[in-house]
Amino acid sequence: MTHATATANLMHPPAPAEPGSGVYSNKLGMWIFLASDVMFFTALIGSYIILRFGAPGEWAKPNAVLNVPLTAFNTFLLICSSVSMVKAYAAIVDGKKYFLRAVPGKLLRDGGLKFWMLVTIICGAAFVGVQVIEYIKLVGEGFTPTGYREGSLLAEHALGDPVKYGAVVGGLYGSSFFTMTGFHGFHVTCGVVSMLYLYFTKVLPEKYSPQDYRGIEVIGLYWHFVDLVWIILFTIVYLI
Amino acid sequence: MTDHVRPNYVLIWLYLFLLTVAEVALAFELPISRNMKLLLLLVLAIWKALLVAMFFMHLKFERWRLRAIFMVPIPLAIILVLAVITEKIW
Repeated sequence: MTHATATANLMHPPAPAEPGSGVYSNKLGMWIFLASDVMFFTALIGSYIILRFGAPGEWAKPNAVLNVPLTAFNTFLLICSSVSMVKAYAAIVDGKKYFLRAVPGKLLRDGGLKFWMLVTIICGAAFVGVQVIEYIKLVGEGFTPTGYREGSLLAEHALGDPVKYGAVVGGLYGSSFFTMTGFHGFHVTCGVVSMLYLYFTKVLPEKYSPQDYRGIEVIGLYWHFVDLVWIILFTIVYLI
Repeated sequence: MTDHVRPNYVLIWLYLFLLTVAEVALAFELPISRNMKLLLLLVLAIWKALLVAMFFMHLKFERWRLRAIFMVPIPLAIILVLAVITEKIW
């Protein structure tokens, strides 16, 4: 190998498979991070279970404090962003780098990597936006991490119907709700920021190709994991 | 990674959407017991999570060594939660 090709290879490293795992190191690293993130969320979910079932009273009923239809819509947004992420991945595997391209004889246009990544970013940012609106609304109504704020609307409701609003355990409910959904929201925010970075530094300059799409695959794994965690959190925090 | 038949992502999206609708419907007052509701909700959540992991994260098409990395924390997670629950019982 001449010096020139050696330098070229250093500048544009191929995607070598790690011995043993058979995948390239970026992907292996992301999987190991995700495995550790599973334990992180398990700690949160585990403490939620002990708090909930060891609490001196019943938790508030679903739909009493939290807005389930709004969050169901948010869940839908996150699922859509997961699908658009996997479409972005499929697009670059097929070498479709463009935004939209007309398909002869068909009404719909064919989306490439630029299009599907943008859809993913918009859906992810919308999820965070809806969550912020939800938080503002909840805190405004008096649901805070320390429980129902005295003199607030929800505190009055809790006095009127202590079983439905879980008046005894308002503080446990508030702290576990904001911790779990907050950490998930932080994950989504990190994902959106990372995707924006990739979008402007790699996707728009067309640095990805069917030969090397490591960044898209790795951020995709992270994004689907965040979606997966939300599926579990939505069920145990909002619906049970 | 790319040498497998690509799953129909739109179909999986439809599955996820329908399962979410079923979950939200279960959250309302229904003439079934609370434990039954709990069981159904957990089954639906795990079903959705598996769809995402298997098809979107391509775990179904990865080799076993990579799947093992993701599966290692799951028994640990179950042990952690069970240990915490037993502390509550005793």
